[in-house]
Parts: sequence; structure tokens; C-alpha cells
Amino acid sequence: MNIFLAPLRFYNTLLQQNLITELSKRFSSEINVIDLNIDLDEFFSVDRKQYFSTQIIAEAIKLTDNLDGKIIMLTDVDIFVPVLTFIFGEAQLNGKHALLSVCRLHEEFYSGISNDNLLLERTIKEFLHELGHCYGLRHCIDWDCVMHSSPGIEEVDIKGSTFCRNCISKVEGYRY
Amino acid sequence: MSKREKILIVDDEKIVRESLYHWFEEDNYEVETAEDGEIALQKYEKGKYDILLVDMKMPGMSGLDLLSKVKEIDKDALVILITAFASVPTAITALKNGAFDYITKPVDPDELAHIVNKALEQRALKIENIQLKENIDEIIKPDNLIGESYQMRKVYELVYSVAITDTTVIIRGESGTGKELVAKAVHINSSRKYFPIITVNCGALSESLLESELFGHEKGSFTGAQFKRKGKFEMADRGTIFLDEIGSISPKMQVELLRVIEKKQFNRVGGNELIKSDFRVITATNEPLEELVKAGKFREDLYYRLNVFTIVIPPLRERRDDIPLLVNFFIKKFSTAMNKKVKTVSKEALDFLMNYNWPGNVRELENAIERAMVVGKTDSIMVEDLPFHLSGNNFASDGEVKTLAAMERKFILNTLNENGWNISKTAQILEIDRVTLYNKINKYNLSKNEY
Repeated sequence: MNIFLAPLRFYNTLLQQNLITELSKRFSSEINVIDLNIDLDEFFSVDRKQYFSTQIIAEAIKLTDNLDGKIIMLTDVDIFVPVLTFIFGEAQLNGKHALLSVCRLHEEFYSGISNDNLLLERTIKEFLHELGHCYGLRHCIDWDCVMHSSPGIEEVDIKGSTFCRNCISKVEGYRY
Repeated sequence: MSKREKILIVDDEKIVRESLYHWFEEDNYEVETAEDGEIALQKYEKGKYDILLVDMKMPGMSGLDLLSKVKEIDKDALVILITAFASVPTAITALKNGAFDYITKPVDPDELAHIVNKALEQRALKIENIQLKENIDEIIKPDNLIGESYQMRKVYELVYSVAITDTTVIIRGESGTGKELVAKAVHINSSRKYFPIITVNCGALSESLLESELFGHEKGSFTGAQFKRKGKFEMADRGTIFLDEIGSISPKMQVELLRVIEKKQFNRVGGNELIKSDFRVITATNEPLEELVKAGKFREDLYYRLNVFTIVIPPLRERRDDIPLLVNFFIKKFSTAMNKKVKTVSKEALDFLMNYNWPGNVRELENAIERAMVVGKTDSIMVEDLPFHLSGNNFASDGEVKTLAAMERKFILNTLNENGWNISKTAQILEIDRVTLYNKINKYNLSKNEY
């Protein structure tokens, strides 16, 4: 199964490179970077000053019919779904697409101190988490599993960085 | 199989229904939706739901009307109302009419998760599921807590006997012995295992950072704090907090810590809300706490509060029998991670590893294997792949060197050999006079042919 990484208004090339390096260690399949050419402005909510995640995914679905694999979009902008103030990411359960925002994974928003290693660690966790949903995984009760729910940054930090024994079997090509 | 909780979302806005549907579906709920009160009522009458999320303002039957009708069917029904900010006063009225709580759109994901969990726990659904799992689970230890030696079996016995209690535990052992793994073993064998174990390395943080880390902070409580953050004690609610390097905390933090451990309640930094948390405390240290207490550097009352049940982890040199097991475990671990086909360790390399003194304990062994696997060229780890230089000081090459006298004998012999049995030079290095060195040579029966 191919994994496609689609940066959308995402300019942190070092983070992207480090993410790909780490994912390449973990997956037997190649991680391909693709350009989806989506204009995010169309999905900007003036009231909320955030971008509507579900609509971005809907647009990506239209553009990627011909691609066989999982498509994870990565963005720097803050995303939302109605009802919730923000989300780290959204995925199609047992589907092909997911969107992950690193906006609220930056440590400086919480402590005022930038931490690139922590940002990478959080990005890897949330990338795997959204990808796991694409493979049909729901939230796991095991705190050591990356599929544990993370409604806040604190949960992102304390949950594990890999899949538990039960969840791992559903993720194709995952080495450890 | 644990039962999945059933949730009914009632909202006239399709986009709201869909967002909540996906959010709860990913969170393992069985979700259904209804676009108005009538349909919701029909669904509710047909099948029971554990919880209902109901929009206040809908065309036709309002959220309040639906609440009353649902309560007529089941007075214990859990209904959470969704309101716009403007309708908060009405929502408060609804609480008086039996709604469990209300959320104001848009809601913080953390708050939504908290309210729903609280509601379900009130009905004890989740607790029943947890108890069911506890009955079928057996005693477990973390995958990476390795060792079958007598010393480690004693450690496991202590872990399992204390785990089922809620007693405060202190874990002692040299650096690199696996104190965090033992803490985790205590946690996952306790009734708290379905809640997290939160690790805080007290030695790695300054006083102000540690305070914010432990107790959390409110948005704007200091420059750069754009969002609030929950503290580790809050995150450890119903779980365990593991405070590593406890001997290094400042006197001010010792007072704060004693207070929170005793009262189980605290404020976030910059906040007024009193946060309550039910946590178990496990601490670890490689420092002599008793001496710190005597020196006035560690509070005696805190020491007694923490030092209830002690688990001492032996250093690796005192459980050499576990080295082959550990080596194989690390080979497997790094083979997968590095995608290398290393399967074993040569006899010479294993002998080498068995005789090394391991001042850095299991962590040092792990690093040594990792390094060997990076540089190794064959499917077996060879001596030359290991990251050590043949220095006598860290070896116990003639087997078990446990007593002080045996260590002294070995050390003097190594120094003599390294200096070609030059008595003056050796005595100078050892900082003893020549007569004392001769006496030691006689006492230990040392000879030039011995290595």
C-alpha cells in the first residue's frame, strides 16, 4: 500500500524531511510526496479564522481518484470542524484521506518555548494516528498506543508513539 | 468483548451531525443521528441509547421538549444539550429539568470528551467494562522488562504484591537499571491500568518549569502561554504519576509536592479553579535520600510520605545471568528497527559482555548492542563491533568479583600489569607508599604471571 504525503501550505521543510525519514524506517512502503494543488483560501472561515477540515478532505477526494494508497495531507494552518474549537486532524475512517495540522503541535503556543524535537515527535504520533483511522482503527484504550484519543496536547504527549499489538495488525506494511 | 456505548446526536444542522458523528465514531462509540426531535424520539423508543447530545434550538420539537419526553420514558437518561452562547440561560434551566450538562458551540474537544466520559461514568458503564477486563487479565510486565535471574524474580514479586494496593512506592537503583520500567510494571498490574502512567523527570526541569509541568497553567499565565495546559497531576487522574529523580527537587517544590500528595487537589499556575485528581504516586531515585534528609536538603515529612514501600533494582553486574537474555532482546529490537539481519552474538563477544562491569547498567548494554549492530558487518555481533576499549577497571574477568577485597586485589593487579610491575610508578598512581604496595602484593599473593 502506497503512502502519499501531501503538503498543503506547509513550509517547514526540515520537519517534513525528518517526518519522511522516520516514516520510511517504520513502513516497508515508500513515502511519496505529492502536490494536490488545493487552494486553502476557499475553505477559510472568516468568523473562526480557521480552515474547515472536512471540506478540504472533500476537495482532496475529488482530485485523487487515480491514486492508489493512503493520502495524508499536512498543513501549518489551524483547522476545525463545526462544534469543536479546533482539531489536530481528521481522517476518513477506513478510507483513503486524512488531514493533519501541525499548528497546535508547536510547543511555543503552550510554554512559549520552541522545541523542534517535540514538534517532530508530536507530528509523527498524529500522522500515525490519522493514518491508523484510514486503516479502520478507532481510538484504543491502551495509553501506550498511538491510537489513544488525544483531544488535547497533553494526551498527545503522554500516549505512545507506536501502535499496540492489537492495532498494529491492521496497519499495512508497518514494521514496528 | 466490551460493549460499545450508544450515542444519539440530535441536531437540525447536517454539518454539525456529521462532525459529531465522525468524532464519536473514531472514539469507539456506536453513533446514530436524528435531524429533529420527532425522529429522535422514535429512535429512542425503539432502542436505548446510553447518551443523547441534543441541540437546544431546532424547528418543531425543541431540545427542551425532547429532554422532557425522553425523561418521561427513562428518568435516568443522560442528555447533554448543545447550545449557542446566547441560549446559555435556557440551558441552565434545562439542567434543572434533568439534563446532565450542556456544551456551548464551538466546544473544546477536551471539554467534550470530559463531559461525555463523566456522564458515562456516572452510569458506571465504563467502570463495568474495566472490571470485566480486569477479571480476565493476568499478571503482566512490560515487554522490555527483561530478566529471569533470582534478583529480578524478587523484584517481580515485590511489584506484583504492591501493585494491587494503592500504596506509594519508591524505586531505588543505579542509573540505567530500569526504574521507569518497574514503575510501569506496578502501574499495569494495578486497578489503575486503564488510565495513564505519567512520567516526570524532576531532575531535568528548573523549579518554575517543574511547577508548570506538574500543576499546569492557564492561558496567558506567562508570556508565550497562548493556550492553557493541564498539568501532570491532572493528567494522572485515576492513573499513576511517576516522579523520577525525586531527590533533585528544590525545597519549595518539596513543600508543594507534599501538599498535593496529601490533599490530592491543587490550582493550575495562574488559575483559581481547584483541580481534584485521584492519582497514585511512584517515585524513583539513585540518590541516598536518607543522607539528604540528614543534611537538611530533603524534607523529612516528604521522605516518610514517599518511602512507604521500597523496591530496589539490582545493578546489572549483580545479575549477569540476565545478560544473554537482554542481549537477545536488544538484537531483536534493533534488527527490526534497523532492518538488519543480525541474529546472534559470537561466543567471544558474549564472554566479553558477561565480564564487563556495566557501570551504566542495562541502558549501557542497550547502547552497546545498538552501536555494535550499526558497525557490524556480519549476521553475528563480534567483539570488535563492541564500543569498549580493553580497560581493566570495568572488568571482572575472573568471574564474580563481589567483595571489596576482591575488587582491591583486581584493581592493584591491573595497575601493576599496566605499568610493567614498576613498583614506584604503580604506588604513585595508586597514591600509596611502596611499602604498602609490597604488603598488598603479599597479602593478595599477586604475581607477575597473573592477569
